[in-house]
Parts: sequence; C-alpha cells; structure tokens
Amino acid sequence: MSTQNGVFEGTRREAPRRRVSASLDELASRRFKVAIVLTVAMLVVYFAFILLIAFDKELLGRTITDGLSVGILLGVVVVFATWVLTWIYVGWVNRRYEPTVRELRKQQ
Amino acid sequence: MTALLAAIGDPDATAIVFFVGFIVIALAISYWAARRTRSTEQFYAAGHNISGFQNGLALAGDYMSAASFLGIAGLVALFGFDGLIYSIGFLVGWPIVLFLIAEPLRNLGKYTFADVVAYRLKQTPVRVAAAVGTLSVVVFYLIAQMVGAGSLITLMFGIDYWLAVVIVGAVMLTLLLLGGMIATTWVQIVKAVLLLGGAFVLAIWVLSKFNMNPLDLFSTAADQNGKKVLGPGDQIVTGSWDAVSLGIALMFGTAGLPHILMRFYTVPDAAAARTSVNWATFFIGFFYLLTFVLGFGAMTLVGQNAITGVEEGGNMAAPLLAQEVGGEPFLGFIAAVAFATILAVVSGLALSGAAALSHDLWVNVVRHGEAPQSEQLRVARIATVIMGATAIVLGIVLEGQNVAFMVGLAFAIAASANFPALLMAIFWRRFTTWGAVASILVGAVSALVLIYISPTIQEDVLGNTTSLFPLKNPALISMPLAFVTGIVVSLLTRETAAEEGYDELEERMYLGAARAPVPAEAGVARRPTAR
Repeated sequence: MSTQNGVFEGTRREAPRRRVSASLDELASRRFKVAIVLTVAMLVVYFAFILLIAFDKELLGRTITDGLSVGILLGVVVVFATWVLTWIYVGWVNRRYEPTVRELRKQQ
Repeated sequence: MTALLAAIGDPDATAIVFFVGFIVIALAISYWAARRTRSTEQFYAAGHNISGFQNGLALAGDYMSAASFLGIAGLVALFGFDGLIYSIGFLVGWPIVLFLIAEPLRNLGKYTFADVVAYRLKQTPVRVAAAVGTLSVVVFYLIAQMVGAGSLITLMFGIDYWLAVVIVGAVMLTLLLLGGMIATTWVQIVKAVLLLGGAFVLAIWVLSKFNMNPLDLFSTAADQNGKKVLGPGDQIVTGSWDAVSLGIALMFGTAGLPHILMRFYTVPDAAAARTSVNWATFFIGFFYLLTFVLGFGAMTLVGQNAITGVEEGGNMAAPLLAQEVGGEPFLGFIAAVAFATILAVVSGLALSGAAALSHDLWVNVVRHGEAPQSEQLRVARIATVIMGATAIVLGIVLEGQNVAFMVGLAFAIAASANFPALLMAIFWRRFTTWGAVASILVGAVSALVLIYISPTIQEDVLGNTTSLFPLKNPALISMPLAFVTGIVVSLLTRETAAEEGYDELEERMYLGAARAPVPAEAGVARRPTAR
C-alpha cells in the first residue's frame, strides 16, 4: 500500500486531487443510490413472485383465459421486468453517469 | 413411439456429422487462438479484446448450460409451471450483477474476483480464502456438468460412459491449453448462436402446430395433463421456505460464480462490461421464454410417458421434441448443440478454477506477485491440466451417482461464500482482511454443512427418512450468516490501511484504471508490457 500511495502522491498535486475527491464522493453516492433502488426493485418483483409460489399456490394456478394462468402471466412479467430494469440502468448511466465520469477523468 | 426410442442412442449419419463438425470447429478455433495466446493477459482474459456484444453472447452461453437447456425443458415438460421457477430464478440474478458487480469488477480486478476482494486487504489470507470459495463452487459445478455430460452423450450417441467423459475432457483440455480464454470465448459464442438459433427454430416449429399462439399450446397441455400443469405444484419445492431459499441461491449465486465473473475481464473497459450484461440479460430472458414453449411443446407433442421412458429425469425432452417436429436431422443438430453446450461450459469452469490455483494461489500467495510472465503462463497451463484431470476423474468415479443437487449447491456456495465478500469489499470502507476471510469461509462451510444435513442429501441421496435441517437449499441461512460474520469480524478487527486504501479503490472503481495509477502490489500483481 505504501508504494502505491507514494506513486499516487508523487504524480499528482494535492489541490486538484481533493477537488476530484469531492465530486467523486458525490458521483459514488449517486451511483450507489441508483444501484440500490434498482436492486430493491428487482428483489421486490422477484420475491413477490417467489412468495406467491411459496404461500399462495392457488392464486397462481387460477386461469385468466383459456391456457393462461396467473402464474405463467406473472412469470412473463418477471422476465420483462428484468429487461426493463436493465434498460433503465443502462439508460441512466449513458445519459447521466458517463458524462460526469468523463468530466472527472479530465480533471484527474 | 418405438421409432422415436430407437433413434436416441443410435445416431444416424446427420447426428454424427454435426457432432464431428462441432469438434472440428472447436479445434480450428483453438488452433487459431493458440497463435494469439502468448501472455497471461490473453490466456485468462482474451487480451481484453472481446466486445461487449460478443461477451454478452458468451455470458449467455455460459449460462445456457446443459442444465438449463435440457434440464429446464425437461422439468417444464414433466411438471409444467414448476420448471419455470428455475429459469426465472436464473434470470433475475443478472440485473443484480449489472447494478452491483460488473463495472466495479472490471475496473478493479485483473483475472479473478479475488483481485477485487484483495485489492486493499492483505493479499495472502484473502486470496487463500477466495481460492477455497472459487474451487468449491467450480468443483461441484464441474462434477454436475461432467456426470451429466457422460450420461447425456451415452444416451444420445450410444457410446460408453467413460469414453464420453474422456472425449469431453480431452477436447476441453486441448481447447484450454492451446487457446485459453480466447478459444473458450469463441467456442462459447459459436455455441450460444447455435443454441439460441436452434431453440428459436424449434419453438417456432412447435408454435406452428398451435396457430402460432402460445396460449393454444398451454391450453392443449392443460387439457391433456390437467390444469395443474399451469400452476405451481409440489414437485420442485415442497415447503414454502424451500422456494424462498432456492430463490435466494439462484438470484445471488449468479453474482458469485467464478466463471461468470471472470468473463468481465475479457472486455476492454467498464462500459463494455455493462453492455455485455445488457445483452446477456436480453439473450437469457429470450431463451427462457423459449423454454416455456419447448417444455410445454414436449409435454403435448411427445408426451410425458414417452419422455420418462427414455430418461427418468426428463432431460431428453428437448431432443425428443426436435425429433418429433423435425425428424432425425434436426435431432442430430440439437444433440450436437447439447454436446457443444457441455463442452463450452466445462471449459469456462475449468479455466476459472485454474485461475484460482495459478493466479491467486501460486502467483500471489506463493510468489508474492513477483513471478515472471513466462512462469505465470506455464503455471496457468499446469493448473489447467490439474483442473481437467480432476474433472475427468471425478466424472468417471461418480458415474451413476445422484449429482443433480450439486448445481444448487454450487449456486448456494457462490451466493454465500463469494458474493457477500465481493459486495462488502466494493462498497464498505470498514471491511477488513479478517472480515473477508471469515465471511468467505463461514459462507462456504455453512452451505456445505447445511446441505449435508438437509433432505437433499439425507433423504434423496442417502435414503434416510429424516434430516436435521428442513430446507433443501441452504442459502436462506448461509448467505445472511456470511454477511453477518463479515460485518461482525470487520468491526472487531479495525484495519487502518484497508480504510485508507478505500479512497484509491473508489476512485479507480468509478473512474476506471485508464488514468489511475497502477498499484504496485495490491490486486494487480503486475501489468504486462503493452502486448
């Protein structure tokens, strides 16, 4: 660790380093927030499905129209939810996150 | 039906042509890749030259193993809705990998996920523990795949079991030794395209018999086999908490599977890592939607009795369906794709095990990160031979054993030993060396012990009537236990150097390695010169 810090401090001046740090903290906490919200959303969707399987088999077995049960419909909904959440994240990163990262890299 | 039974295990010319054709393609890829594999960077990480889209296909390929293609189609064919619990659980792990793991992993590590856990911690203890976590996941997963491979190839091509295992092992070793990650990745990509294409054609073919309407297919299935096939039964999950525990293992296990995590190093940067998960999630979701159709298709068009008549577990449902709708040539194609699937997945697994042995244990523990490039590459190949030989021997020794539980076990260990340590190393400043070691070991050991005293082993394998632990999958207990252990031990063992190192980790994790200084000893042992 010591050599690595040595390299670090030796190649960069103190002042700009601190500026990067402050905006980096902000960037980090924003990304963490988005990641947590989306992770929780995925957990809620999936475990709602799993808990229904665990505790209300009867509901999932009910048919909506001929050939379509609540369970199969919800299964397809979970698959689409994974896609949608993935797209939301990638969209957010490309629009909001990446430009900030590029900006910070320049300052580095 | 008799013609149907006869064809499986007695392959006609087309099946053999496809089978041999795929082996030739795999060997050609190895030969081509061999000339591009001159450094560990290339051997383990394909020189970081795989694009996001290509890696998305390869990740999807790693995931669409024989277990998911043949296994899930079979479970759906025999049990209907219950089979879908697995496919959906396998899928929902991917967004978690994307949101929490993929980009930090790419920015912080080099070849293995231990690079990331050990980044600011003490190298030796963390790497030894991570190697234990990695190798236990890899070995159980490999056993399941090899034993499955042996019986499937025996069933489909009518050759001896031991010969089937040796063929898979030998082709895998050739592939890995010559072309390392480059060959493995391209074989995986070729196979993913063949598998997605084959499954898609098969699904359309099935739907064409039902006015292209999946609901017509499902309602025919319900008319033939009873309405219960469209809703949850009690075949896969007996108790309520079983479903939850299995769900946890499947969801978080993905984020701790060494051969999946290793793939993120094959792309040039974090943006490409993100793109690759995006594509992988799309392909895998699409594939599992197809398995709905394939499973119910086999249930109605082939019939459950015919499927269990060939193989009790239902693994032959998809090949039988292929034969039913497309005749022998299509059966030959699907059988060859199944073989390709097994080959590509065991190669990726063996490579990640070899990386734990050589990169984590030899280079970073025994040699303290100071081994010259030529030695690293030599050790990597020796470790590959060890993993390959282990796979072949275990595959042959465990012939006929019930190893189906081992995939669930591998996921449970991955979710308990690897995932919590990785997550805390990335996001928690106060995480310490001993916190990481304790979390990994407690996760791995508790998953192993709990599964041993669970109905999975006590009742299904050993034939006892009772078991100490009620859940079939241990993740509901073992994963939280690993988190709690990691947190408590970290709080008890303050490590100033690790906390100070977190600033540098954070900068590199978010901004990438491009401009950040290369750490001399932590995480990244040494950066090879440009090539």
